[in-house]
Formats: sequence, C-alpha cells, structure tokens
Amino acid sequence: MAEAHPVGFQWVMEAKARGAKLIHVDPRFTRTSAMADVYVPIRAGTDIAFLGGIVNYILENELDFREYVVAYTNAATIVSDEYRDTEELDGLFSGYDPDTASYETSSWQYRGSERDGGSHDTGTERDTAAGLRHESHGPPVGPDVMRDETLRHPRCVYQILKRHYARYTPEMVERVCGIPREKFEEVARAWTENSGRERTTALVYSVGWTQHTVGVQYIRTGAIIQLLLGNVGRPGGGIIALRGHASIQGSTDVPTLFNLLPGYLPMPHHANHDTFEKWVDSIRHPGQKGFWNNARSYAVSLLKSYWGDSATPENDFCYGHMPRMTGDHGTYQTVLNMIDGKVKGYFLLGQNPAVGSAHARAQRLGLANLDFLVVRDLFLIESATFWQNSPEIETGEIVPEECRTEVFFLPAASHVEKEGTFTQTQRLLQWREKAVEPPGDARSELWFFYHLGRILRDRLSSSRLPRDRAILELKWDYPTHGPNAEPSAEAVLREINGYEWATGRPLSSYAEMKDDGSTTGGCWIYCGVYKDGVNQAARRKPGREQNWVAGEWGWAWPADRRLLYNRASADPQGRPWSERKAYVWWDAEAGRWTGHDVPDFEPTKPPDYRPPEGASGVEALAGDDPFIMQGDGKGWLYAPAGGVDGPLPTHYEPAESPVRNPLYGQQANPARKIYDRPDNPMNPSPPHPHTEVFPYIFTIARLTEHHTAGGMSRNVRHLAELQPEMFMEVSPELARERGLSHLGWAHVVTSRSAIDAKVLVTDRVAPLRIEDRVIHQIWLPYHWGYQGLTRGGSANDLFGIVLDPNVLIQESKVGTCDVRAGRRPIGAALLEYVADYRRRAGIADNYHQRVVTTDTAESARAAGGPSPESGTAGEAGGTGGDGTGEGQG
Amino acid sequence: MSTAHEKLAGPVDPATDAGYVEPPPRMGFFTDTSVCIGCKACEVACKEWNLVPESGYDLLGMSYDNTGALTANSWRHVAFVEQPRRTGAHEAPYAQSPTGPPVSPVTAEIGAITRADTGTKPGLPTSTEPGAAARMAGGPEFLGMPSASLPGQRGPEERGELRWLMMSDVCKHCTHAACLDVCPTGSLFRTEFGTVVVQEDICNGCGYCIPACPYGVIDQRRGDGRAWKCTLCYDRIGAGRTPACAQACPTESIQYGQLEHLRQRAAARVEQLHAAGVTEARLYGHDPDDGVGGDGAFFLLLDDPEVYGLPPDPVVTTRDLPSMWRWAGAAALAMATAAVVAFLPGPL
Amino acid sequence: MTAPREDWPERERGARSGPWLSVGGSGMPDLPAPSEASVPHGSGASRRAVASGTAGAPGRSGDRIVVPPADFASYYGRPILKAPVWKRDIPSYLFSGGLASGSALLAAGARITGAPRLRAFTRVTSLAALGASTYFLINDLGRPQRFHHMLRVAKPTSPMSMGTWILVGFGPAAGVAAVSELAPWLPRRGPLGLLRRALPISGDVAGYTAAAFAPALATYTGVLLADTAVPSWHDAYPQLPFVFAGSALVASAGAALLGVPVGEAAPARRLALAGAAVEMAGGHRLERMGLTSEPYRTGRAGRLLRAGRFLLAAGAAGALLGHRNRVVSALSGALLVASSLAVRFGVFEAGLVSARDPKYTVVPQRERHARRAATPTGGPAAPGG
Repeated sequence: MAEAHPVGFQWVMEAKARGAKLIHVDPRFTRTSAMADVYVPIRAGTDIAFLGGIVNYILENELDFREYVVAYTNAATIVSDEYRDTEELDGLFSGYDPDTASYETSSWQYRGSERDGGSHDTGTERDTAAGLRHESHGPPVGPDVMRDETLRHPRCVYQILKRHYARYTPEMVERVCGIPREKFEEVARAWTENSGRERTTALVYSVGWTQHTVGVQYIRTGAIIQLLLGNVGRPGGGIIALRGHASIQGSTDVPTLFNLLPGYLPMPHHANHDTFEKWVDSIRHPGQKGFWNNARSYAVSLLKSYWGDSATPENDFCYGHMPRMTGDHGTYQTVLNMIDGKVKGYFLLGQNPAVGSAHARAQRLGLANLDFLVVRDLFLIESATFWQNSPEIETGEIVPEECRTEVFFLPAASHVEKEGTFTQTQRLLQWREKAVEPPGDARSELWFFYHLGRILRDRLSSSRLPRDRAILELKWDYPTHGPNAEPSAEAVLREINGYEWATGRPLSSYAEMKDDGSTTGGCWIYCGVYKDGVNQAARRKPGREQNWVAGEWGWAWPADRRLLYNRASADPQGRPWSERKAYVWWDAEAGRWTGHDVPDFEPTKPPDYRPPEGASGVEALAGDDPFIMQGDGKGWLYAPAGGVDGPLPTHYEPAESPVRNPLYGQQANPARKIYDRPDNPMNPSPPHPHTEVFPYIFTIARLTEHHTAGGMSRNVRHLAELQPEMFMEVSPELARERGLSHLGWAHVVTSRSAIDAKVLVTDRVAPLRIEDRVIHQIWLPYHWGYQGLTRGGSANDLFGIVLDPNVLIQESKVGTCDVRAGRRPIGAALLEYVADYRRRAGIADNYHQRVVTTDTAESARAAGGPSPESGTAGEAGGTGGDGTGEGQG
Repeated sequence: MSTAHEKLAGPVDPATDAGYVEPPPRMGFFTDTSVCIGCKACEVACKEWNLVPESGYDLLGMSYDNTGALTANSWRHVAFVEQPRRTGAHEAPYAQSPTGPPVSPVTAEIGAITRADTGTKPGLPTSTEPGAAARMAGGPEFLGMPSASLPGQRGPEERGELRWLMMSDVCKHCTHAACLDVCPTGSLFRTEFGTVVVQEDICNGCGYCIPACPYGVIDQRRGDGRAWKCTLCYDRIGAGRTPACAQACPTESIQYGQLEHLRQRAAARVEQLHAAGVTEARLYGHDPDDGVGGDGAFFLLLDDPEVYGLPPDPVVTTRDLPSMWRWAGAAALAMATAAVVAFLPGPL
Repeated sequence: MTAPREDWPERERGARSGPWLSVGGSGMPDLPAPSEASVPHGSGASRRAVASGTAGAPGRSGDRIVVPPADFASYYGRPILKAPVWKRDIPSYLFSGGLASGSALLAAGARITGAPRLRAFTRVTSLAALGASTYFLINDLGRPQRFHHMLRVAKPTSPMSMGTWILVGFGPAAGVAAVSELAPWLPRRGPLGLLRRALPISGDVAGYTAAAFAPALATYTGVLLADTAVPSWHDAYPQLPFVFAGSALVASAGAALLGVPVGEAAPARRLALAGAAVEMAGGHRLERMGLTSEPYRTGRAGRLLRAGRFLLAAGAAGALLGHRNRVVSALSGALLVASSLAVRFGVFEAGLVSARDPKYTVVPQRERHARRAATPTGGPAAPGG
C-alpha cells in the first residue's frame, strides 16, 4: 500500500501512531513491509489457502460473532441435499460439466429452491462476465428459505463451511503458502482479537488481488471472514478495494465494460433477452425480496435518458435500439479477434495495452492487424507507436511498411485540465474543478465523445436505415461553453441523476423513479447526486465542521449512505452492538432509524417487522434483514448463486504453478476462462510433466515512482529519473543458483516471450519452503516499454491470457518462468529461443491445456479415456475497447 | 576574542545575530525518518516548485536510491539502506525461511561504485571506500565476513532480520552556516526566518561555499556555474505557506514549523519510540550546543548519522577562524622578518 | 556509467570470499562476469555494445571486488563532503600570488640597499605574477563575467573576501612600482619629462606600499584553504600560512636568481634559505597531524610534496655553492621556483583526496566525539543523542 497508494497510506501510519499493529502479507518485502510490525512472506497465488486457514481458525475455536452471524448471515440457511463439496469431489463442486468446463448450479441452491434458482449455463455467464452485475446487489434466490438457527443441521451453511475448510489447518497453510505456523497464528489471533462487539477490523486489498484465475473467490474469502467476525456494515469494518487508479469504481458504476449498463443493469443478450419484458424480468426476478424488485423503473428511466422523446411505452422505450451481446466481448477476446482479423477499428482511451495488459505481445500483434486505431492519451504511448518500434519489429513479425493499421493519435486533457467527478472505493463521488486549460489540441474525453456523437448524427442525418435510428434518435443535447465548445460536465451529472421528464425537476432518490417513462435516470444508483438541482458531489464542508462521518463531504451512492448495509451496526432489536461502535440505531419514540449516517434501510421499518405471507420486493424484507440488496436480506457466507466457479472459495493453484495442489486432485480453477490457441501457450503445471523447465514463480507490481504502464510517469522527467531503468528483484539464493549479479543483466523467459532487465539482488526477496521444496520467486515492475524517457522490457510480455471466470480479469499477478544471466537474444533468434523452451516443456503447437486434473480424471486418462479439454474461444465479437485491462495494483 | 567566538559558534538566534530587528520565529524542518516510507514525493515536489533540473537517468543499485546525494539538481534526497538488522520490536521477517546469509553488504559495495551524471560538480563521485558501504549495510557488528553472525540470525548460514531505512535529507540551515560565512559576494544570506539562501543573481560561482559545508550539501550546477541548494522554499514561507516537500509528504515524516515547537515535538517522539522498544532512535542536529550551533533542519535517525551519509560530529569551520587569522599573522611576521634578515649585510 | 575497475583500490579481502559472495558478483572466480555472462545464442555483439552503453549500472559489476572491510560506516562509501570544484587555477594562483608578494618584498629591500637591477627585475616579476594571479582567479569562477561581485562586500569571515581587498591594495601599488622602472626610457623634456622625474618617487612609495601588503597576500591563502570543511586543510590551519609564506619567499628568491646577475643576488640567496626554513617549519608539522596527514604523505600529493622538498634542498644548495657562477645560480633559481610550484599543487591535491574519502570525515569526528564522551564535563552532546 505504501508502494502503490502512498497518500492513502498516511492513514495507516496515523493508526500506527495510535498504537495499531501493522501486518503485511506480500511475496516481497516492500516499503509497506518496512513500516510493518509483522511481515509475512507468502507464495504468490495462495491467498485462499491463507485466508481459508483463518476461516478454519475462527470456526475451530468458535471465535465468530455468533449473534451477528446467526441473525445477519445465511449461516443458518439449509442448502440443497444435491450439493456436493470439493471435499467429496476432489476439488470440484457438484454440477461440473467437463465438456464445457463449467458448472450447472441448481445443486448449489438453498433447499427448496433448486428449481427456481441457479443457472443452467454458467458457460454463457462466464463469457459475459455475469458476476459483475451483482456488484450492487445479490443475485436471485427464492423468497423463503429454511433455517436452523442452532447451526447444528448438517446441511446448514455453517456446518458446510466448517467441513469445507476443515483441512485448511496451520500445517496446511505452511505447506501451501510457505508461512511458518507461528506467523500464521499471530495474524489469525490479531484479526480475531480485534473483532466483535467492541472492536472491528477493516480489510483493505489492492486490485492485485483480483488479477488471478480465482480473483473473485479471493475477495469472497475475505468477505466470509469479515462476516463471521461481524465486521460488515459496522464502523471501522468492511472490505475496501484500493483501485488501480482514480475513479475505477466510477467506471464500473457507469461502466466502461462490455457487459454492463449504468447501475449494474446487465447488457441485453441476444438469446436470453429478445424482448424488453424478458430483459427486465431477468433483472428483477418477480417475487424476490429486496430493492432489486423495482428494476423496471431503473431500466425505463435509463432508456428514457438515452432516447428521450423517442422512448415511449409503445416502443418499449426504444429497447430495440439497445445493442445485444452475442458472447465474450472482453478485452482479451477482442484482442484475439483482432489477431484473427475480425476487428476493424479500436478506440484506446487512458489505456496502454501494448505495455499494461497481459500478453502484451498479443496486444501489439492485434493492434497491428486493424483498419484503424484511435489513441487518446497525454503522451505518445507504446500503443500508438507499436508499428514502428515494438519488439516485434526486431523479430520481423511487424513490418512498418506493411502494417495496415492506420493510427490516429489525439492528445487528451489530464485530470487537472477538465472538470468532472471521481468515484473512489468508498463509492464517494467528489467533484473536480478544472485547474488549467488543456494545452494545444488536448481535449477532455467528454468533449471528444460529445462532438464525435454530434458529427456522427450529422453524417447520418439523411439516412433512413433502421440500424441508424439508434444514433439519430439519441437524446444528445448537452450545452457547451468556451472557445472549444466544451460540453457542461454538470449537465451530464444532472442527466446521470435523472429528472422528471415533464418538469425537468431533478430526482432526489431512485425511489422516485417511475416505470412509465415519466422520469429519466442515467444511472439509478447515482440518483440524488444532483438532488434539488445542487451538485452534491461538490460539497466540501471541512471535517472539523461536522460529525465524524462527514456526511457533507461529496456524495456517496446509494442515497448518500456512507456505510453500506449499516443496519448491521445495530443488533437485531435495533440497539447498537456497543456504545463504542454505535453508528445507526432504532429510535423507538420517533419510530424511525437514526444515527450518525443515513440509515441504509427503510427509515421507518421497525426491527420487529416481519413480512406478510407471500410478500415480495422491499416489503418482503424483515426488520432485521440488513443486507437489503441481497435476495434473502442476509450476508452470504455461502453463495448459492452469483459465482460461476463455486459457492465457496477453494484453494486452486494458479494456472501456472510449479507446485501440485496439496489439497485436491484438481490443480487449478476448473471453470477458469482459457483461450487454448497456439499464440497463447501456457507453461506446464503439475500433473503435466516438464514443469522443471519453468521452475520459478514470478509476480509483478508497481513502484511508487511510476504509474501503471508508465505513460504518465516515464514521460515525466522528475518521475522517470527516480526509477530510471527496468530491473528485476531476486533473492541472494536464486542469484547464486543462476549466477546472477547485482546490476548485471539477466532475462526472464516464459512460453510467450523473454525480456531482459538489470538484476537487483536483495535481501528483500527470500525463498520459501513449500512441501519440503525451496521455491524461488522473482519480482518485476511492469512500468516499462519501448517509448518514453526511460525504456525497458515490458513484464506483461511474459504473461499469457487466462481469466477469472466471473469477471474476465486476467491472471497477471503470478506465473512461472525461467531466469538466466545475460541479455535475451534479439531478432528472429528470440522467437527460436522461446520456441525451444516450449519444445522442452512439451507444449509445442499441437498441445492442448488440460483443465480437469482430479484423480478420477487422471485414472480415466491412464485408462486411455478421452481427456476433457476446454471448449474453443468464444464467438467473434464486435469492436471497441473496454476497460478491464491495466488494473495492476 | 570570546565575543567573536560567540558569533562564530555556540547557541544564538541566527536572524537577530544577522541584524534583523524583531525577526519572525525561526522556522525549520524536523524529518522523522521512523515514518518515512520512501515515496520520494519530497524530491519531486521540490523540483517541481523550484524548477530544479533532472539529475540523471542512472540505475545506481543503492537499494531504491537513484538520486545518490544532495546536489545542485536535487535539493531533497531520499536515502535507502537495507540492513540485516532489527528495528525495535519488529518480528524477524524471514524467521524459518530457507534463507542464506544476507547480501546487503555486498550489493551495497557494488552500489558504491556506480556513477550518475547529475549535471553538477562535484555531484555524485564514486566511492573510494566500498568497504564502508558494506559496513553501512551490515551494521556495526558486520565484520566483513559471511560467518559474522548478525543479530536475530539463527546461525551463520541464515538471515532472519531485515530492516529498510529510509531518510529524506536536505540542507541543514545551520545556526552557524559555513557556506554563508565564507561567501565573498554576499550571495548567500540569512533570511528573517533564520534560513540560509543563495541569491542566484549575485552568485558568481567562486565555489568557496562548496568545500566549506560540513554536510556536503551545496553544489555547483554545470554549465550554469552557480551554487544551488535548498532555500527552505523562501518564497513559500514568506507567503505563509508550507515548503513544497513538507506539503507533499504523506506521512508527516517531514514536519515544517517553528524550530522551538519542532524540537519539543521531536523530544516527545524519541521518548515515545524508546518506550515502544525502538531504543536506537536518536535525534541529530537538534542540539544548539553542537558544532554548528544546531541545525534549522534536524532529524530523528534509527542508526548512526554516517550510515545515512551525515557527518557524525560536524563543526562549522569558521569557529577556528580567529586563530587561523592569528597564525596567518604570525606567518606574515615571520615572512617580513625573513625579508629584513635577507638584506642585512652578511656572507654570500 | 561505471567506474572503471582501475578506479579503485586493489587490496586483499581473502577473509570475505565465501561462496555466497558470488551473488553481487563479488566473489567466486568460477562464475563468469555477469553482464556479458552466458549470453544466449543469437545475441549479437552490437547488442553488447548497447548493453555497455547503457547508463547507470556498472557494466562490469561482476568483476571481483577486492577491498578490506572498513572499520567505519558511510552511506554507500560515498564522500560526505563535497570536494572543492576549484580547477588548476587555484594552486596556480597560490604560486603566482606568492611569487608576486615575495618579489615585492625583494624589490623594497633592493630599493633600500640600492640594488637597481634586483629592484627592477623583482618589481616587474611582481607585476607579471600579479597579472597571472588575476587571470587565474577570474578564470576559475563559474560566472567569470561576475568577478566584480567580489567587491560588493568586505567580510572578515570570508578569507576570499579579505584576499580580494588585499589584492585591491597590493595590485595598483605593484603596478605603479613596475611602471616606474620605465622612467629612464622617457624623454628628458616636455610633459613626459615631468613624468620621468615624478615616476621614481611615486614608484618608491608604491613599492613600499606593495611590500606592506605582501606578507598578508602570501599568508591569507593559507587561511583560504584552512577555512573549509576539507579535513586535511582545516586541521592544518596553524601550518598552512607558514608553508605558503615560506614557499612565496622561495619562489621569489628563485625567480630573482634566474633574472639577476650573481653580484646583486646575495639577498635572494639569503631569502631562499630563510624561506626554506619558514616553509620547513610548517611542512614538518603538516605530516604529523594524525589521520588527516595521510593525504600529505601518500599518493600524488605525497609525491608532489616530496618532490618539492627535494627541489628546495637542491635549489638552496645550488644557490649557496654556485653563488659565483651565473649559470649554476640560475639553475638553482629554477629549482626553487619549481619547488614552490610542486608544494602548492601538492597541498591542493591532498585536500581534494581528504574531501573525497569519507574516512577522513567520519573517523576523526568519531574519535573527537568519543573523547568528548569520555570527559565528564562533556561539551557538545553526542551526535544523534
């Protein structure tokens, strides 16, 4: 955190100054570790084993906050008898289909809901990263569930959890993660001792956690711990994601993602959502509990915002104009489509995939195979110059004279040169003033898209083609000002907030949204940010002039609630769990919820309210159901739906690992998204032979001195000089093993490519003992490329493309490699050098990745049976870059 | 001569000493290295505000320090030292890991011979004593042999302890500033805040201030010819603003304020750290009775000053100036006498 | 850029060559030099050139490091002090300034004792040396066109400022004195005739004025060097003025022996001896100051100073024995001049060495601190409490 978020780290230091104990778990000793009281080295990619160990520690010693767990989580809920755990199936959950390498999840449901819940096609959900849509609310479950509040029922979530993690013992943690038992127990003790009635613990992770084939399950494990310890919905608790850069939260709320619409409404799918009603019902799930039930109003208001007058009840509010998904249109699928010549044009904004995205080599080869490419950035970045100076020029794979891509480079305004909002990890929108005019031709994104749309409409004005109606009927009328005709960002914020169509009165809450077209709303969860026609995000009342929650600084979604699910900060009867941790509580006299923050609950619904029979929607939520966006109003220890790779987090080895999974026969996430093609090879992992060819683990991260792919730092003199050259960090032990010298050259090789860098031999990297083996880890920064003031190899060249199935985020935090002294070969020799490694690793061209490696599958193979192999990559996608890349935290 | 000595050394208020009538309180820095996270924001903020040129794109291999030293082109310098040693009550990071002996002393030796073109003179020359670098990284117990067992280690072949020292260095703005004393043009002057500033329109690059500084702070910019150093953001503090580096520091490692208050705060901080078991915490440059009359910018360190590149016991050279002049007078007399003798009638 | 291996000392460190030293490339001869080590097939020589061309890290970092473990610590062994940025101009000025002052003294003596040729030659020498000094001083500035900023202030705490004003006093006087020697060549009648009669008197006055400033001019330079943090200069502040005073006399005497017939050169010969005595008095102690004397004894500085002493002895002897022979006398004069030159450059060089090596900063200060800690009354507090 001190490395990648030094400014945020000031609060950690402040806590430390007040006596807080600082624990840091990281594969390498960083600037954060230097400040920590306890530093815990861990093998990259084994976090679930580590956190699962803590879950086990809590359950074994009954350290959970029982009253909270029983009342507010689904610990008591009974799960279907059809459910089979990984403990029984050697690492697979029930419902796995080897042919599609995906799950049929009806057996994961609560007892009694097997038929009306669950997905029968997580393969499609995986291709459309369906998991993302549940960010603002739980996925569907049946309205009434069976519970055993004694938690003794063998099929209740609590018992299932206990059995699932029973083998995640301190000894197992030591074997898997390389963390000594005492260290592990010290962390477990600190975490549990600092949780309960009187105390809470916050879990802070950086987006590096997400960049694994089990990234979502990493965070789920954290959530399980926080729920068991009662650290959710209470002050000083929660799970906070430190995002990769400013307003990443904002770019998922109002998404730059192919599969989502603003407010986490799903993008319609051509097969499942052919009519407006089908689409809306797929969101609101008739009969379900919770606020999601009003989805129709949110959807109609969004369409009304898009198409204004043209959107009428008669034409389903122009639902017909909405684009449809046909499959996986994620960044990586799109890049592979580019290589296959299926993509014509590409827009890159504030992103530098030629350096910053996994398998950067494939990114460049894809970019070189377009008709046109538009790059908007502050500086001339690698993604705009790949055709003249990328490493592929050396190897002859890209020939400048023949590269067909026409590149348009447009200078962009920086964040201080334009106004707008940032949304940070706490869902807080903060308004940003323009400090200076952008230089020269630099313009804001807002300017670019507004005028692009305007010009497109002019060009099409004479068109009568149905396909052009969507653009021609768009409500596209933002006021502009200034010499450059800059659109008003406040007008856009007003549009996002939504207003009464007739009167233009800005809405004050999403509760005011109607499903008859009388209201608009660009993003229902942001409704209220422009309440009373006032830019609430621009509020800047100093903390000393208000209470400690500082509710008058900026604006938080939903409905300006600073702490989500804060009903959980009071006990079931509505009293604070403790004076020390009082936040919101039930005021019996006034008959309403009150406290330091806006209650994230119906203000007048008493704690003892019980829903009438057959109730649905909001009224079906009981007075002690704090998780109002969840289908059952409970925090989910066990996720019967939502995840496509299992209801419980399970330790799988990374897709590339030198270690056999000690817990299960199943080596890696069986549902991970793979692209099994010759230009995307994977290094072998056990049980596949030849893993010794790539014996080391490498992981990449940021340096304080640079920013992501370096576009904004390698071009700035005063930053570039602080870390002036690409380097790798190795332990003395590895340096000795490979004959590497401090400041000498060495190169790292994977089955994709090889890059060279100067070596820093340092005591800050240490080998780990895994299963009586010594495992070496190499650390690389990923900031460098072939453009800018300082240049060097791009660490992302080393990675292949393999994704988390829930959100299609790449595994770019861990891989296997070889490291050798000296510089890498250049030109064609490099290709031959890497090809030779592939041959020796037994993964030459006709090799196909094996997904299922359970003992049963093994024996099947031995018996000469067909080995289950992955399906081929998803269907061809359209154009357009989405924003899932370059999030390395 | 005692009065003159008082003026040249010993505790005084520099501003009044320099002739200001009722000057504002003396301002300065307290840099608490125990909370420095080495983000280098101070270096960048300083260069941005004061329009300081870059100082070379060279990977030095001195841990994460690629600046190397305070120069005319780097007025803040963050030092990084990796040591196989324990800080206070920290847990041994690598206890039970399959590690060998520490490498820090050896890599420090290699870092010691790298060179950067800082665009200044003398800038950052290579080391003539790489052994001293090894001693810095190994700690005082380091005997230059791998078998030397270090604190916290279980055996000669295993490293357990590791600490990473970071420290943002800057001009000390001495109470008795040799650079100012010896400046022949009056370019260096004492501000009303008790700080020491170079006037770029006066400096003629005589270079006298450079060897005069006991901390090796001030340096000459090549091509430009003039001497440059930290001004403690004279333009900002004059307008009641905080200096750029302190403003940018996220962890309040760099604290700006009235020197008196800072000294009290520092004393309290040391007590706090000692109570917390960080017995190696000590102040540096805080004492008005030291060789330079106390620094306007002083530090809290976790190791000996020289480990951070600071002189262990600096003395302002002009403290001895009166006797220097006396010796010179005697020599002059001897010279005159010799001349007279030479012309007395005699042999040869 | 890398420090060439030759840059730094080849000394034994047998004790430290455990196998682990191979990391960091500082041990294990069995390991290849890393930077070009085991370059995979296909990596061309051109690439190597690029490699060695990259800035920052030592391309040959793998070479064996052979240094003894130091008994003191410093930040990556880098100098704590900034060495003077003064170029050769400064030691050259030390010499020429001394020559100018010594010659002025000789000239005054010659005037009193009535040695016209000695007087004329030394007056001219003095002016010439002064001219050279002015050039050296201005040429050494980072901003030569701002040399006159020296005249903005007069600071007793700044030896350089004092020196400036001494030169301001000495310079014109020496100039007039030298010019007055032109009198015999002027016409007897007319306005120039007046000048011809006026010059000798004003020349004498100026000559005595210059002589009055001369000792200060020759000795303040000792303070100039000593009033720095440079260990070997500062510690030598009692000695340097004597060394420089003596060296000035030796240089001027040597010059006189070169330019003046043996008949009139007797005072120069005596002055050479006297100067040698004064210089030795200081130089002797220079080498007995403890650690900070080391630079005066070792390396290039040591060689220069030894050479200076030898030349001085040879020159003095030659002047005595050959006092009847014009050639021998002139030769010994040359030796004396060379001796002075060597001493100035030697002292200068020693200072640079002591500033560049952190040892001379850390060790004496540590000792001083230890001594103070030992005495109960203490004095200044321990560094870093």
